[in-house]
Amino acid sequence: MFFLEHIWLIPLFPACGAAVMFFFGRKLQKQSVSAVCVLAVLLTFVMALGALLEYPSYAKANPDKLGYETTLYTWLGSDSGLPNYLTHDGKPAALRADAGFLFDPLSGIWLLFVTGVGTLIHIYSTGYMAHEGGYYRFFGYLNLFMFSMLTLILANNYALMFVGWEGVGLCSFLLIGFYFQRKSAGDAANKAFITNRIGDAGFILGLLTIAWLFGSIQFTKVTEIARSGQFAIGDHWITIATLMLFIGACGKSAQLPLYVWLPDAMEGPTPVSALIHAATMVTAGVYMVARSNALFILAPTSMKTVAIVGALTAIFAASIGLVQNDIKRVLAYSTVSQLGYMFLALGVGAFAAGVFHVFTHAFFKALLFLGAGSVIHAMSGEQDMRSMGHLGGKIPVTFKTMAIATLAIAGIPPLAGFFSKDEILWRSWLHAEGSFPYLWTIGFVTALMTAFYMGRLVFLTFYGQPRMSHDVEHHIHESPKSMTVPLIILAFCSVTAGWLGWPASLGGSNHFEHFLEPVFSAESEPSHPVEGNRELEIGLMLVSVAAACAGGGLAWRSYGKAGKDYQEPIAATAPPVYNTLLNKYYVDEAYDYAFTGRKKVGPVRLGAMGLGEASSWFDSRILDGLVNGAGWMTRAFSSVSKWFDKWIIDGVGVNGPAMLARVMSYPARALQWGLVQWYALVMVVGLVGFVYYYAFR
Amino acid sequence: MAEIGILHYLIVAALLFILGVIGVLTRRNVVIVLMSIELILNAVNLNLVAFSRMWGLHGQVFSIFVITDAAAEAAVGLGILIAFFRNKETVNVDEVDLMKW
Repeated sequence: MFFLEHIWLIPLFPACGAAVMFFFGRKLQKQSVSAVCVLAVLLTFVMALGALLEYPSYAKANPDKLGYETTLYTWLGSDSGLPNYLTHDGKPAALRADAGFLFDPLSGIWLLFVTGVGTLIHIYSTGYMAHEGGYYRFFGYLNLFMFSMLTLILANNYALMFVGWEGVGLCSFLLIGFYFQRKSAGDAANKAFITNRIGDAGFILGLLTIAWLFGSIQFTKVTEIARSGQFAIGDHWITIATLMLFIGACGKSAQLPLYVWLPDAMEGPTPVSALIHAATMVTAGVYMVARSNALFILAPTSMKTVAIVGALTAIFAASIGLVQNDIKRVLAYSTVSQLGYMFLALGVGAFAAGVFHVFTHAFFKALLFLGAGSVIHAMSGEQDMRSMGHLGGKIPVTFKTMAIATLAIAGIPPLAGFFSKDEILWRSWLHAEGSFPYLWTIGFVTALMTAFYMGRLVFLTFYGQPRMSHDVEHHIHESPKSMTVPLIILAFCSVTAGWLGWPASLGGSNHFEHFLEPVFSAESEPSHPVEGNRELEIGLMLVSVAAACAGGGLAWRSYGKAGKDYQEPIAATAPPVYNTLLNKYYVDEAYDYAFTGRKKVGPVRLGAMGLGEASSWFDSRILDGLVNGAGWMTRAFSSVSKWFDKWIIDGVGVNGPAMLARVMSYPARALQWGLVQWYALVMVVGLVGFVYYYAFR
Repeated sequence: MAEIGILHYLIVAALLFILGVIGVLTRRNVVIVLMSIELILNAVNLNLVAFSRMWGLHGQVFSIFVITDAAAEAAVGLGILIAFFRNKETVNVDEVDLMKW
């Protein structure tokens, strides 16, 4: 039980790595930087693997527990356990958040692929970033990201999860803006951070609502209470709480309408796109919803919202991905689209299927991004697929691994994506319960589009005629071992990861779902109305495989032999549609008009900047006017007061008597002209007068 | 030539007194004014001494008091005079008008 008892060490390794980079990174050699950081992440991977292997025996010994939980200390709130607030029914409760860690199948799976993919991407980065400045800074941020992500995963309460949630947001910001000399990178970083803030506000509101409803924010307690039947299904407050949480998930996991930051996040270095914006961080929203599955089950409205938002995001992003020319942007929209799939799965109650897709997606999408990074590396930094072509023979390892990942994401059996995607499609078909399966239809069309745009990416990059300039063509080379080995390992995982969830209908045992069963209790999986309809399930699989092949075939027809003057089929048939898609449905522009206010609607500015302008106007005109008015009034009153003081008080009251005294004293003063001898003379004359009067009268 | 009687003394004293008063009233120099005051006092002394010859020694005793008084007055007067001179560099009495309004 060593690994399980020491799971709190897992986030600590990368934290130490980040601290070392922060304090000493500048002075370290590149070799020591990569040694420290890769080792830190490798250790977490070993720890995570150990804990995951130990968990089944622990679960067997403690069947009543939801997972292994350990608390280091009370981090926030009432550590004495004394109540400090009242819940919704007036009961006193203690709000506390421990620095506590929860290891259950759900966090175990997340740990496994986050640390696994994280390790590979760290190794890859040592090659990819070898010639870049700020090497230690990059690795410090990556380790800090790993620390935050692992905190998010292992937290045993919503508050600590929020710490990790914000931490990954911060690292995302720092890494998107890694090339801070470029203004576009800084803007993209801001966009990502600010968009995430909107979601985070939802998360906090959800957290507080949960605390108010349940009197606890600890996952196990909340889950227990939610499953105890204390709350009815459809409880309004739970609906509100879950919708708030889902807003948070929308921000972090790039769902409509908050997905706009993710495509721009491609400004960051490619390993960052692979690690943060494809495999791990963006799945945090899925993780949080899956964590709160007991709550979502109680709120059918929220479930429906999740499913619909997920499905719409899936098809929306996939359709944009059809025409993008930047290789990383195609992958970014693909990520948004696949995240939509995951939420679709969660929304129809197929939590395990959603988690399964997260798991498989982590491998093949990380592989696609790393492969794209390798292509960009070979192309001397060129990202535009219009200037690529015919790279297949020149960078064979990249080509082969990327081809595998493409087959996996397109859903070709028996690669990983096939199992997880078809599980989702099958469950959304079941969810319709006989009525028109519109969610399935959307998912199906999305699968077709996925196959098409992925095929387009591969064919434009690796097939057709070379379209790059001569210098670039001369320079093309396969990436170093440190980059290709992770690609190969990921390719292996992309092939095999799906086998863990081999569905029962194809004669498998679906280990993955059984492993997750304790997390998603029986009632969270709605009864299967057409359970056992094996023929139908297999039929649907065949249909979606056929769709994938059709999408790939269409892409081959359009781009398989693309020369310098190749034509976009959508542009040829319907130019307005093409322009709309190329401009991403003008969503960024619409947001600029409506929400950020960067652009004016006629003479009026709306959105945040409009609000800023309005409040600036209010401040300078109304508030400052009031202030100045008060000042002006004071001045006016003081003028009157001053006049009164000067002329009435000082003039009449004070100087008046003095003036009177002066006037009255004039005769007396006139006698005192100051010549002493005159006074003496007067005395003498007076004396003589007196003497004369008395002597000679 | 008549015997010198009381009347003669009184006339001399009166003349001295008038001389002193004129000196006090007309001279600008304070020193001379002070001397004129001495003259007035000594006119009185002369009267006192003259009367004491006829009616006993009381007058002479009183004149001793007057002499003492004169000495004290001269001392105080000259002290003021010196202090004043230090301030105004003059001893003219018509320039002593600091206390005038």
